[in-house]
Amino acid sequence: MQSVQFEAPGTVEQAVALLAGATGDARVLAGGTDLLVQLRSHLVDPALVVDIKHIEETRTLVRNADGSYTIGSAVAGAEAHENAQFVADWPGVMEAWDLIGSTQIQGRASLGGNLCNASPAADSVPAMIVAGMTANIAGPGGRRSVPVGEVPVAPGRTSLANGEFVVSFTLPARPAGGGDAYLRLIPRTEMDIAVVGCGVALVLDGGGTVTSARVSLGAVAPTVLLVEDAARAIIGTTLDDDALAALDAACQAACSPINDKRGTIVYRTQVAGVLARRAARIAAERAGSR
Amino acid sequence: MTGEKTEFKWVGTRAIRPDGHDKVTGRAKFGSDFALPGMLQGRVLRSPHAHARIRSIDTSAAEALPGVKGVITSADFADQSSELAAAGEALVNYRDMVRNVMAREKALYDGHAVAAVAATSAEIAEAALELISVDYEVLDHVIDVDLAMEPGAPILDEELEPAGMEASGPTNIAKRVDFDLGDVEEGFAKAEVVLERSYTTAAVHQGYIEPHAAVASVSEDGQAQIWCCTQGQFMVRAYTARLCGMETSQIRVTPSEIGGGFGGKTVVYLEPLATALSRKTGRPVKMIMSREEVFRASGPTSAGSMTYRIGATRDGVITAFEGTIRLEAGAFPGSPVQPACMCAVAPYDIKNVRLTGYDVVVNRPKVAAYRAPGAPISAFGAESIIDELAKELGFDPLQLRLKNAAKQGTKAAYGPTFRRIGFEETVEEAVASEHYSAPLGPNQGRGVASGFWFNIGGESAATVNITEDGTAVVVSGNPDIGGSRASLALMAAEELGIDYSKVRPIVGDTSSVGYNFLTGGSRVTFATGLAVVEAARDAVRQLCERAAKIWEVESDGVIWRDGHAVPASSNVGDFEPLSLADIAGQSPKTGGPICGHNAQNVQGAGPGFATHICDVEVDPETGRVTILRYTAVQDVGRAIHPSYVEGQIQGGAVQGIGWALNEEYIYNERGQLENPGFLDYRIPVASDLPMIETVVVEVPNDRHPYGVRGVGEVPIVPPMAAVANAIENATGVRMEHLPMSPPRLLAALDAARLPEAAE
Repeated sequence: MQSVQFEAPGTVEQAVALLAGATGDARVLAGGTDLLVQLRSHLVDPALVVDIKHIEETRTLVRNADGSYTIGSAVAGAEAHENAQFVADWPGVMEAWDLIGSTQIQGRASLGGNLCNASPAADSVPAMIVAGMTANIAGPGGRRSVPVGEVPVAPGRTSLANGEFVVSFTLPARPAGGGDAYLRLIPRTEMDIAVVGCGVALVLDGGGTVTSARVSLGAVAPTVLLVEDAARAIIGTTLDDDALAALDAACQAACSPINDKRGTIVYRTQVAGVLARRAARIAAERAGSR
Repeated sequence: MTGEKTEFKWVGTRAIRPDGHDKVTGRAKFGSDFALPGMLQGRVLRSPHAHARIRSIDTSAAEALPGVKGVITSADFADQSSELAAAGEALVNYRDMVRNVMAREKALYDGHAVAAVAATSAEIAEAALELISVDYEVLDHVIDVDLAMEPGAPILDEELEPAGMEASGPTNIAKRVDFDLGDVEEGFAKAEVVLERSYTTAAVHQGYIEPHAAVASVSEDGQAQIWCCTQGQFMVRAYTARLCGMETSQIRVTPSEIGGGFGGKTVVYLEPLATALSRKTGRPVKMIMSREEVFRASGPTSAGSMTYRIGATRDGVITAFEGTIRLEAGAFPGSPVQPACMCAVAPYDIKNVRLTGYDVVVNRPKVAAYRAPGAPISAFGAESIIDELAKELGFDPLQLRLKNAAKQGTKAAYGPTFRRIGFEETVEEAVASEHYSAPLGPNQGRGVASGFWFNIGGESAATVNITEDGTAVVVSGNPDIGGSRASLALMAAEELGIDYSKVRPIVGDTSSVGYNFLTGGSRVTFATGLAVVEAARDAVRQLCERAAKIWEVESDGVIWRDGHAVPASSNVGDFEPLSLADIAGQSPKTGGPICGHNAQNVQGAGPGFATHICDVEVDPETGRVTILRYTAVQDVGRAIHPSYVEGQIQGGAVQGIGWALNEEYIYNERGQLENPGFLDYRIPVASDLPMIETVVVEVPNDRHPYGVRGVGEVPIVPPMAAVANAIENATGVRMEHLPMSPPRLLAALDAARLPEAAE
């Protein structure tokens, strides 16, 4: 291991300058629950580590006047629970966030880290994608915002340019009649990585018909998928058995997983459909209860 | 010996454990906590190949790296002849052992040690490993036991000569064993129902939380001290002495506290390497394994493959049982196939049994013991086929077990005739339990299974030193992996008649206490417990003699009662009772220190039996299994410390559940382990499990003063079949291969649904 330069800047500008000026591999430290493990197992060997937790913008979760939320990229899951309105508005995002690690990890694990680690199995990402979240990025060229799904581009790789990092996320106001849910399958009950993950967000009209929907799958392709065919399968339906079967089929068709130590192609594909049906039902139940 | 007392003051109480405070506060010293001034850090270079010939090793660049003080390879260890040598009760082949600690002609598994470095820091040692150049000729490998037995399979050792059978050419079969009772052909001729089934089990790791660790320091005069985490300090001493060419008395091994062993720490990996490096460098050397090294290079227990045939009459009498069991030994011979055969149907009184076992080498680490070695593997198949037989006969599965239960006087297929055993009692308790008749919901099922383990005795030595203030120190020689210190102290307190808090039990190093065979076989509370009881009685004899001197009476005129010397009768005289403290305080004037000793090769271990009940819920769409409820019934002889006994039963059941559901080694096509960590080697986590309910049955072992049988191993025997039987009960699908992980179970459920869909 080479010696590591560690910096903990207090402003976005300082962080960008440090990252942009790095000569070797530079890593952003938010909760550190992935990065520290990777350092210790020699998977990464950075020259510079920039801790962004001293930047206030990365550490605050606020509800805006229009009902939307701005969530700092380094806010921990345990902290998000302190905002009861957030938990009530976006239970799917919260339950996905809750699945990142054990209780101890929950005190650190952040959405920014989970997204930028760029694992196709990241639990929070399908939930963030279906909720319509955008990532607010700072870099040498200034600020920009992109849909969260555009940040990871391949396992372990993001679209962030040199010197850029995610400062915060914008989560839209919960639509009237909206509900969301996230489910994952792991062989155990915790301390595991998703074999398949599925997020569903949808809006019901007064009669229980789905007027809009987004369906996302994790761990079944190199990046988390937004499955538009799956959404089309349930829009305009009341989530009857035929609609759920079509949802299941559309999700299975979208899968292009690999065989690895966490699951097989056949199993992941089959379970993607099962989880989509179940998550859609839960999301609809939540939408209907509002 | 039993029947002396049935009411106890200390035995059977849930006393505070003597190691509890230090473990809770973090003060307890485990293997990697030990350090010496000037100590070097040792690291091991491991083969990335599952099977490769080692053409040459060039260590010159590593040796030239500043900070590197020494490098060793197999050239630093003298070769050993191939013979089975006695090491306590165990038989070991030092030719294999010297090759396992450091590969010689060949690397035989991914992770096999090929060189080791000692340097002034871990970073330098790790950098040095990358400078060692090994010229490998990569060979085809074989890991699966059935494939390894096929003609044309890659051969691990061309010189391997199988025991117990003829071989026409090179083979991976190291041994064949046979057990015969009665006449199986006749038994099957009597049978009205015959079933034949095949089963496989996966290799699983013991999963102890503490990785292997050792510090060795060899001084200029050739004496060595070793501090390490082990189940047997005397085992470490014997093996290290042999491999390093030293005399046993010159090595002093001190065992640390141990973070789990389960059988996996009954062998040496690092200790001979650290000793050789220390001898070479003249400095103390510390070596610790990473978790990845633990998975790649230590343990596991065997994967198994078996074919069974069972025959019974319609009224439920099992008339014949025949089976072939094939177990992986890993890279060197020595799978537990013999105990696997011996335990398979030991709970049952079957007149005609034939079992054949094969010990097969494959390109995995040499297997190490794991709780009841071999028995859980063979019992998975046996308890599954018996469940299926019960269904076929229309019997309740527990009633079928009761009908065929072994009891006092039953001749077991493996040889002995059972004395008083408690198997029937475990089944009866299971039948009577509230659990067994509790209602089940949709997708839920209930399974039962039983299990057997011999339990063993063996060589134990112990000392009970009476201190000058009237307290006692119990020195024994077995690392405490399951509560033995508390149990030994309770028995000593009972014998001495003093308060448990006045008895301090310690685990001695190899130079401070007589030889003790390692901690294993569920032997310590039984065998070392017996030595402690005898040592305490020896101390009591001395105490009585001292009282006689003080009173100036004949020594047979004094007896020991409730911690006091009292006159044996009024004829002896009228004396106030003398407490242990009174006598201890006067010991300088009455003959000097009072030390009770005992050393013996303990015989008379009492077999242990268990019956488990498991409720599962199966998710029919994902194949995930949830354990809803679990009850473990076990005959323990006598529970000296009930909390520890329950903990052992719960721990064994949980490890068995892991073996049943998710634990497996995943290899890539090159034979490299893909899941060497707890993330993807899935032992159960706490939230996966209900509280494991325990029912402790006490049918005393008549060959122990307190009736102890041994507890730690039986509870891992029934769970795999209990879970499989519960899954069958929930779904109608019989799982014959472990693990019953979600993908495998879903595939089986789908295969069973296909014909329905076609209808």
